[in-house]
Amino acid sequence: MTAPTTSAAKAARTYHLAEGEDHDHAGGNGATLLGFWIYLMSDALIFAALFATFGVLNSSYAGGPVPREIFELPLVALNTALLLISSITFGFAMLEMEAGRISGTRSWLLVTALFGAGFLGIEIYEFSSLIAEGATPQRSAFLSAFFTLVGTHGLHVFFGLIWIATMLAQIGQRGLGLDNKRRLMCLSMFWHFLDIIWIGVFTFVYLFGVLR
Amino acid sequence: MPEHSFLKTVFGRLTFESFPIHEPILLTTFIVVVVLGLGIVAALSYFRLWSFLWKEWFTSVDHKRIGIMYVILGIVMLVRGFADALMMRAQQAVAFGPNEGYLPSHHYDQIFTAHGTIMIFFVAIPLVAGLINFVMPLQIGARDVAFPFLNNLSFWLTVSGAALVMMSLFVGEFARTGWLSYAPLAGLEYSPDTGVDYYLWSLQIAGIGTTLSAINLVATIIKMRAPGMTMMKMPVFCWTALCSQVLAIAIFPVLTAAFFLLILDRYLGTHFFTNDMGGSPMMYWNMVWIWGHPEVYVLVLPAFGIYSEITSTFTGKRLFGYSSMVYATVVITILSYIVWLHHFFTMGAGASVNSFFGIATMVISIPTGAKIFNWLFTMYRGRIVYELPMMWVVAFMLTFVVGGMTGVLLAVPPADFVLHNSLFLVAHFHNVIIGGVVFALLAGITYWFPKAFGFKLDPFWGGVSFWGWVIGYWVAWTPIYVVGLMGVTRRLNHIDDATLQPYFVVAAIGALIIMVGILGTVMSIVMGIVRRHQLRDLTGDPWNGRTLEWSTSSPPPAYNFAFTPVVHDLDAWYDMKSRGYQRPAGGYRPIHMPRNTGSGVYLSTLAMVFGFAMIWYMWWLAALAALGLLTVAIGHTFNYNRDTFIPADDVARAEAQRARPAVAGD
Repeated sequence: MTAPTTSAAKAARTYHLAEGEDHDHAGGNGATLLGFWIYLMSDALIFAALFATFGVLNSSYAGGPVPREIFELPLVALNTALLLISSITFGFAMLEMEAGRISGTRSWLLVTALFGAGFLGIEIYEFSSLIAEGATPQRSAFLSAFFTLVGTHGLHVFFGLIWIATMLAQIGQRGLGLDNKRRLMCLSMFWHFLDIIWIGVFTFVYLFGVLR
Repeated sequence: MPEHSFLKTVFGRLTFESFPIHEPILLTTFIVVVVLGLGIVAALSYFRLWSFLWKEWFTSVDHKRIGIMYVILGIVMLVRGFADALMMRAQQAVAFGPNEGYLPSHHYDQIFTAHGTIMIFFVAIPLVAGLINFVMPLQIGARDVAFPFLNNLSFWLTVSGAALVMMSLFVGEFARTGWLSYAPLAGLEYSPDTGVDYYLWSLQIAGIGTTLSAINLVATIIKMRAPGMTMMKMPVFCWTALCSQVLAIAIFPVLTAAFFLLILDRYLGTHFFTNDMGGSPMMYWNMVWIWGHPEVYVLVLPAFGIYSEITSTFTGKRLFGYSSMVYATVVITILSYIVWLHHFFTMGAGASVNSFFGIATMVISIPTGAKIFNWLFTMYRGRIVYELPMMWVVAFMLTFVVGGMTGVLLAVPPADFVLHNSLFLVAHFHNVIIGGVVFALLAGITYWFPKAFGFKLDPFWGGVSFWGWVIGYWVAWTPIYVVGLMGVTRRLNHIDDATLQPYFVVAAIGALIIMVGILGTVMSIVMGIVRRHQLRDLTGDPWNGRTLEWSTSSPPPAYNFAFTPVVHDLDAWYDMKSRGYQRPAGGYRPIHMPRNTGSGVYLSTLAMVFGFAMIWYMWWLAALAALGLLTVAIGHTFNYNRDTFIPADDVARAEAQRARPAVAGD
């Protein structure tokens, strides 16, 4: 790979950037978005492990309730719709951000948060009615895996809501500077990521569960 | 009684009984630790070092300082882990026939669990993370890592985990379940005390730190290489760091998930890994080994990188087969992810599954063998300089190859059915981890120490360290290989057959020789500091190095490089030197750098409090700590003032200082 050492090549080589260009630091070079994306992949692996666990345990009913008896598909369909719509509204928020409109961004973020909160509310209702019926996480390995997988997703949505609230405050304070735009990009990836996970949950946990 | 239940609410299951005041060994250790700790605190206060430490080190976001702190943590924990090893060796050397030894199984089991946990999570991982943190940004010509604050946070989370493990010595007890805490033994039914909870929470907290650190390092390597440094012009150490950290990102989430599920089993009574109600204990084994086997490669790949850098430097040659070295590293990274089941061939997955995993395991020896040949061919007709780092490389090649071959032997499922859980296996993994990882870390510390501090380590004590470790390793582990092949199983605190005793006595002597080696390691640092004027290096390039870290001063300034280097060739610094490169003497610009912050320390302390409260069932404290974590984390994001500029004058002054040929005094 070594180039032959000619005097011309010698003269041509410079060994440092003459004008102290800002070569490093997060932000300028997209390192934050890359880093956050890698974080999401690591989070996806946590979900992968939970999905695998659910896959192994999803017929270990231990004499307890089976999916068909406990899943209410219409409710879950409504929930799915809420979360999918919240992804669209987040997209609108990002469009407003690109246009530099602070109030538009904040309003759409608020709408997203409302849909997210609705999703969480229905999930909590679903969980509490299951527990009231005796289908608790302690009842069987299948229910342990179900509550943990779905609950971990729900916990992510909860933290997403806290993050949206924080961003609402920060955009209110400082508008749409580079910092906040970058944060919104990360939050947007996070929110859509949760949507993708939910599609997996809806399909493999609920739909396949009821088919079984 | 209401008063009683009030105490229970406040202190959970923590009572006076939790403190081991009846156990003389622990009590003595505790008193020694307290006296030493008070001594250190008093000394720091007397010399008024607290604010210096806080401002310059604890809150520092400088990758070099964080790297050094990681290495210090690793060495301190090495001493703790090694003390456990000595106790086990002493017990096994005497406990034959009628002699029960001095450690009851209750205590012995905690020691072997703590030994394994500490050596992997709090010695090997911090040392590897420390070296990568220190060296990699310098090698790629960057001024810091991609996320400097995250780096600081990752370090302190690791410290919190280590602190929780250390706490278990004196408050309650540690796990007695082996270093991976297999279910169902680690479930609440069979391990109701605090041991497994200490294990789970400390590793969960440290594991988050390790994952974040891995993300940070990968983003740094991908995004912050100096202009001109294409991937295939990157030093091999950076390649191995990249693969190792990518692997870490791929495996730590699985461990986090496995521990999370075990925590749910223990705290909420779910049934993931229980024997009844449909639980599947082997699911836990699969998950921890999906982490566990690649983890070996997370550690050993950077070790291979260290050997590569050293071999190339001390033979004065470009590394033989650079691209094959890179491809071998990538192949090992991928293969290591599909071999985990060889840790439990005896599970009964069937011949086809076992064959797949056995063959995949054996295939790893091919790229690894390619690496060994690359190092040999680099040495071939090179001008080999037998400085200490190079001696470690030779010792590594002789030792590691044996470990590799016993590994291939264990990968054969029928052989594994005989050797599973035997001391042969224990000897094998100590062979590869000591001979592969530890030798590399000691070599790397010797090699890069002058870069970090501006003087070399004391060579005499370095030699003591080298010979102590190498001879000690062979004396300690050869007899264990032999008795393992004869069928002795692991984790025994008493053996009936007294004819085996001589082997264990020899092993204990070997451990003592290793102790001389560890003493040598510590003394080479102490005597290096004492004799720093004789050992000083003013060139910044004491070994005639070839990569960019040697182009800056030793220790490097906070900003690493006054000007961002431009790379034309692999071995960039060698290229610069051989073309008569002159350092620019002026034209400095202000340099943009991240600001220090205490948030990492606060968050990690709260995480530790949270872990402690969960271990002892102090729910109110756990809730408070969790709320605190959230508040501090959000509060930190409201700080937008994170950067600062080093003025051009300061840069000029620092660079001028370096240009002066000899500095009188210090």
